[in-house]
Amino acid sequence: MTIRAWTFLLVGLTFALYVGLAFLAKARSTKDFYVAGGHVSPLANGMATAADWMSAASFLSMAGLISFSGYDGSVYLMGWTGGYVLLALLLAPYLRKFGKFTVPDFVGDRYESQVARVTAVVCAIFVSFTYVAGQMRGVGIVFSRFLTVPIELGVVIGMAIVFFYAVLGGMKGITYTQVAQYCVLIFAYMVPAVFLSIMIAGTPVPQLGFGGAEVGSTTPLLDRLDGLHEELGFAAYTDGSKGMLDVFCITAALMVGTAGLPHVIVRFYTVPRVRDARLSVGWALVFIAILYTTAPAVAVFARTNLLNTVAEKPYAEMPSWFGKWEETKLISFEDRNGDGLIQYVGPNAAATNELTIDRDIMVLANPEIAGLPNWVVALVAAGGLAAALSTAAGLLLVVSSAVSHDLLKRCFLPRITERGELLAARVSAAGAIGVAGYLGIHPLGFVGEVVAFAFGLAASTFFPVILLGIFSKRMNREGAIAGMVVGLLFTASYIFYFRFHDRASDTSDHWWLGVSPEGIGTLGMLLNFAVAWIVSRFTPPPSAEVRRLVEEIRVPRSCGAAGEA
Amino acid sequence: MKEEQPTDEAWRAKYWRRNLRILAVLLAIWFAVSFGCGILFADELNRWRWPGSGFQLGFWFAQQGSIYAFVVLIFVYVRLMNRLDAEFEVQELE
Repeated sequence: MTIRAWTFLLVGLTFALYVGLAFLAKARSTKDFYVAGGHVSPLANGMATAADWMSAASFLSMAGLISFSGYDGSVYLMGWTGGYVLLALLLAPYLRKFGKFTVPDFVGDRYESQVARVTAVVCAIFVSFTYVAGQMRGVGIVFSRFLTVPIELGVVIGMAIVFFYAVLGGMKGITYTQVAQYCVLIFAYMVPAVFLSIMIAGTPVPQLGFGGAEVGSTTPLLDRLDGLHEELGFAAYTDGSKGMLDVFCITAALMVGTAGLPHVIVRFYTVPRVRDARLSVGWALVFIAILYTTAPAVAVFARTNLLNTVAEKPYAEMPSWFGKWEETKLISFEDRNGDGLIQYVGPNAAATNELTIDRDIMVLANPEIAGLPNWVVALVAAGGLAAALSTAAGLLLVVSSAVSHDLLKRCFLPRITERGELLAARVSAAGAIGVAGYLGIHPLGFVGEVVAFAFGLAASTFFPVILLGIFSKRMNREGAIAGMVVGLLFTASYIFYFRFHDRASDTSDHWWLGVSPEGIGTLGMLLNFAVAWIVSRFTPPPSAEVRRLVEEIRVPRSCGAAGEA
Repeated sequence: MKEEQPTDEAWRAKYWRRNLRILAVLLAIWFAVSFGCGILFADELNRWRWPGSGFQLGFWFAQQGSIYAFVVLIFVYVRLMNRLDAEFEVQELE
């Protein structure tokens, strides 16, 4: 069978599975729609969270990114996993005890303020749309490369599938499809990784393999890579070229941003008890760690493979995948010195570089570069789609509940009926899918840049405001709003200045303290904490009712208190 | 319930203090394995290697070790908190 036939088969089978699950898990109430009825098991929720969290970027781009940046890529590995420790210890159990359905619910109730609630809604919608646009684009790209259908048609097919289970099933439908999607995506990621590890390092465990030596040699792979990098004029693979403070700030911003992302937080409202919420974060991180500890191994194997295949080799003898990716313009070669050999060199080398490679192709092209069977190549396509669709669905649900629950029910139409709210939730989910699809077909040129926005915003607004709401009884409305506004303005204007206004100066010489726009959320968060604390000292403390609420959420079950069913 | 109010306050404060102590210890480890070993002291640690492998220690912490430690930390937290809840009899029934 050809790659294309295999891809049609595997993608078709997985899509049929998702649609089938959607029929089984139809939402019957708003509680079903927002939090899957609140009775998902911690293990299933952990899997769903992992699929929800790991997007097309984690699946398709991350290994390539690390492959080209070596040690610098660690910021993503630590940043996108370490946030779960913060989530487990500082947020999830308390928010589960609080109950209700959304993040703006907590912000609005804890600070007794509609202004705070609406600010939270706006942030949640902005963060979610920023993210979802990239997912839909990812769906389109996988379709167009593997099935040779136009990107637009690919996006529409993706929209149709998400529409089906998100609109019908809400959180309940999403949860069960996400469990299935996790299984598909992790299988699709691990199979080529294990193959590569056996081929290159002679062990089936990639996590050990990339610390070992290449088959038939005694020099460790990483040392050989460092040596090759030096020879070719790149920074050493295990060393990296970013400043330490910048690495520190980016890692912190990604961690805190992860813990503050509404589509991740809301998943922990779906388990029955506080202790389940704690355990569930643990499971989520286990499932995420399987991919995240494999990615750096794949990165090393891919880099070794690439350098072995192309560096100083005659262009005429390149294998067939080279030509195939050249057609898509993701690899380009220009024989500047006319010697017929490929000079692939880094910025520190005297010779000129003749090869440009888009780092996104590393995961997609890896199975072909390594000469793996056709079904493995097709599997990667199905996995990429699973990763993109599961994340898109989670984000769309946040948008839908922000509109139907936080804006309509809690702000403008408090007397809306249960049925009316459920209908509003479905309509806004459908609307959100439409907008996401439009953004997927007509991508804003700066989707890549705005991801920094999403994390920076979550880090400088949601995380501090929720944390203070739980851990400080003295924190009041004025402090929280002032903190959110200052954190938001500071972070947004810093990113806007370097990424949109004055792109020429977006270099480490001009950055404040050498901190890049990716890492500025960390400083925004600190500023938020400081402003919130100072303002709250000069304004009246919150009401007795709020203080009781804080007492309540700090304890899983209160003695004597008649818990909420 | 009225007359129990003062003791209620007392056990709540005590439970919260114990909770904060657990958080402080675990978060200190969280910081040490990631920001400490993986970033601030990565260069120093890179002078050593895992015996019998090609991993320089700082690099390993940044790309592998910290992630394993995060997983362990959360499960330790779950255990400690379940024990604390049982001790104060605030664990959820059913």
